[in-house]
Amino acid sequence: MAEEKFVGTPRKVRTHVNQNEGLVFEKSSPGKKAYRMAELDVPAVDAKKLLGPSVRTDLGVMPELSEIEIIRHFTRLSTWNYAIDLGMYPLGSCTMKYNGRVNEAVARLEGIAEAHPYQPTSLSQGCLQIMKTLEESLIEICGMDAITLQPAAGAHGEFTGILMVRAYHESKGNARKKIIVPDSAHGTNPATAAVVGYQVANLKSNALGMVDLEELERMVDEDTAALMLTNPSTIGVFESDIHKIADILHAKGALLYMDGANMNALVGKTRPGDFGVDVMHLNLHKTFSTPHGGGGPGSGPVACKKILEPFLPKPVVVTNTDGSLGLSFDRPQSVGRVRMFYGNFGMFVRALAYIMANGPDGLRQTTEDAVLNANYIRAKLSDTFELPFKSPSLHEVVFSDKLQAKNGVKTGDMGKRLIDYGFHAYTVSFPMVVSGAMMIEPTESESREELDLLIDALKQIAREAAENPEVVKTAPHTTRVGRMDETAAARKPVLRWKGPAEDVVLDSAAKEW
Amino acid sequence: MLAEIGVASIDDLFATIPAEYQFKTDLDVPRQHGESEIIDRFRAYAANNANGYTSFLGAGVYKHYKPVIIDSLVQRGEFLTSYTPYQPEISQGTLQAMFEFQTMICELTGMEIANASMYDGSTGAAEAIMMAVRVTGRNAAVIARTVHPEYREVIQTYATHQEIPLSEVSYASNGRVNMAALDAAITDDTACVLIQSPNFFGTIEDVAAIAELAHSKGALLVVSIAEAISLGIVAPPKEADIVSLEAQSFGVSLSYGGPYCGVIACKEKFLRQMPGRLIGETKDVNGKRGFVLTLSTREQHIRREKATSNICTNQALVALMTTIFLTVYGKEGMKELGEHNLAKASYLASVMESKGKILFDGAPRFHEFVIDLPQGAEAANAGLLEKKIIGGLPLSQWYPELGPGASLWCATEVTTRVAMDAAAAGL
Repeated sequence: MAEEKFVGTPRKVRTHVNQNEGLVFEKSSPGKKAYRMAELDVPAVDAKKLLGPSVRTDLGVMPELSEIEIIRHFTRLSTWNYAIDLGMYPLGSCTMKYNGRVNEAVARLEGIAEAHPYQPTSLSQGCLQIMKTLEESLIEICGMDAITLQPAAGAHGEFTGILMVRAYHESKGNARKKIIVPDSAHGTNPATAAVVGYQVANLKSNALGMVDLEELERMVDEDTAALMLTNPSTIGVFESDIHKIADILHAKGALLYMDGANMNALVGKTRPGDFGVDVMHLNLHKTFSTPHGGGGPGSGPVACKKILEPFLPKPVVVTNTDGSLGLSFDRPQSVGRVRMFYGNFGMFVRALAYIMANGPDGLRQTTEDAVLNANYIRAKLSDTFELPFKSPSLHEVVFSDKLQAKNGVKTGDMGKRLIDYGFHAYTVSFPMVVSGAMMIEPTESESREELDLLIDALKQIAREAAENPEVVKTAPHTTRVGRMDETAAARKPVLRWKGPAEDVVLDSAAKEW
Repeated sequence: MLAEIGVASIDDLFATIPAEYQFKTDLDVPRQHGESEIIDRFRAYAANNANGYTSFLGAGVYKHYKPVIIDSLVQRGEFLTSYTPYQPEISQGTLQAMFEFQTMICELTGMEIANASMYDGSTGAAEAIMMAVRVTGRNAAVIARTVHPEYREVIQTYATHQEIPLSEVSYASNGRVNMAALDAAITDDTACVLIQSPNFFGTIEDVAAIAELAHSKGALLVVSIAEAISLGIVAPPKEADIVSLEAQSFGVSLSYGGPYCGVIACKEKFLRQMPGRLIGETKDVNGKRGFVLTLSTREQHIRREKATSNICTNQALVALMTTIFLTVYGKEGMKELGEHNLAKASYLASVMESKGKILFDGAPRFHEFVIDLPQGAEAANAGLLEKKIIGGLPLSQWYPELGPGASLWCATEVTTRVAMDAAAAGL
């Protein structure tokens, strides 16, 4: 097998007990416990008597394990994950940067972690100060006038921002009908416009992968509510005509919404509010280093210009006449609530700690280093991979698999092969405006040494694609599991454990063992 | 590195930003702090919050004991700093744990499938209503007034622009949904009825009866559960079609309102209309069991404006916390926890009933209740604050019909008898 040639000891990797950890339900034995309740200091009650027919009698297949078994179970699972703490994530558009541990420490301080959202504001001044300081910092970074921290993630921020756009137009007597979304946009943009009840008008990119000004001018009319624009674009290039874009929209009364997913390219170097953006969201789990946690939680604050401030979700943090902070619900033009309480507060704590660890100099340097790293990768690999757009890159660079596809090796294959070299894959097949896209965003966190390792790995993979394409097309070879049958997963979905299966295959090598 | 790139200075890399928009001064943000200064600063923030207070607040956010192993496990970098598991070969840890999460949520709620989390209970309830609209082809929703007021506000925000007409149904004298009013409210255009159980007053609804009524008129029943711990001792809403759960109670810090963990569970036949990520079991090329993100053709990154939701990032790490919590307590512990919560709340009601009138007797409740305090809820709380006690939540802002004395009190397994006696004595 081609596999054997490139793998040191695959059997060892796959047969160790740590690598065959079953599901928690398969590890359960009746009667095992990992808890002991505190002694009940009040009279016990008869649940059956109190609840009548509403009482529960059976908890089904809930697990029964000892504490050490639980620790081992989840620790073993953890070792099957790749993570920033293990190495670089060159995932374009995802800004997988280092997650400072001081952020975790301060988020767990008892007075912060155990604050109840309904405790009196007089006893929540610390939380409100954190929110206020973060709000002011983010407003300054964006060059905006006002902000809400309520949205729970980037897509939720988009939802909030477009709701505000809608409320703004409604206040002028006409909600308008459509939102323009470039074909290079994240999928959340058109999905968001639809959730807010707008038609989506797709804007084709020009030959450089950027906004086609003439096409935009043709499309924008009195029915246009806004353009949702990612800047720098999803190919990592700054829209140099950004102010013309804003002018075209504003001339027809439409607004410019900025998807702030790529804000790591701009912080401290330029401000969206200065270049014509009316409303934008940030991803605290990207630019502001809150941990991605395997898919969340995120946080998606929305910053806006003065004209949109009345429409912010409620409540908003306000300063009382005595100087204390409070929450104002008296917002007659507000779009309402987009989430209960005040947002993913724990993420605010971490993001503010990140800002404090950096300060103005550090934030600027972070951006510069992120852009420097991306351009270094671009320079080192532009002879190896096709560069579909030659425009100068900011924080990420998009190559394509055009040269390697001749040998049948696609972007997805090379991404999988990168895993064998100890990296996470880059972003595969996005943006969709590039056929076979390979999108790389190193972030500021990586040293030159780490970048060189990535560059060497990608060069080696390109060589393999030419000389031994099979090894790339069947990658990864060194992981605990190989490529997954995703078609079978979708055709006959198994979305929960349903009891011991007869056909669970541990591993062919394990059986021999 | 600059030489390799072929530029003279860092600023050359930013030349595509027009000069007039280049920001040349320092951002006006907090100065750079040393690590010890950051910790000192946040300790100072923490000291400006409630410290050393006993609290009787619940109302959708519940203080339960959090086993220490949750934090030690979720702080492992492999969980904390991993990305969304789009590359299954190097994400099996997260994927398997989320498959376990989905399974436990199904077991607890009595549903057949569950997703890998939503933002929270409030947005989850809104998404569940939108889902019911897609499933039924009907367009309106009927919502019980005993659903958490902030959930209802969020639903209103979502529904307005989906053009989903909402109507509210009031409660009967026992605190449960007014069945006659519900019967009248359901029309041929009603996609679903949304209730919460235990409801905002702590009262457990008669889910079976409401389901029967909704189903008899062709509407679905969506049950929102804000206090997930109740599922250890309260029968699951298996008569429902969709369940929207807020799982914060499963070992997640209060953290001034978030992050928490919403999740939607439902009957399997509604699978294609489910929002959010789903983890499915499959096999790798060697036949070895593994897990993947699946059925993503429902989602925004594939379907764009035709997606079932715009959700992308969810609450994965928080879902992991809840999974560990549920594994620690397990089959027996969840029941015992439920019994302790019932016992504590019964005791609290018993020591408080001489201080006011406990409302909505006559239907079972879990660990919250509404009491009408003669001195007024705000005045009562002001007196208690002097004794470092945070009393129940005054309800008049949402339920003015209950009068100024009504407040919602909660006791959980961590509320001590001493604290309850002190609170009662302070009223």
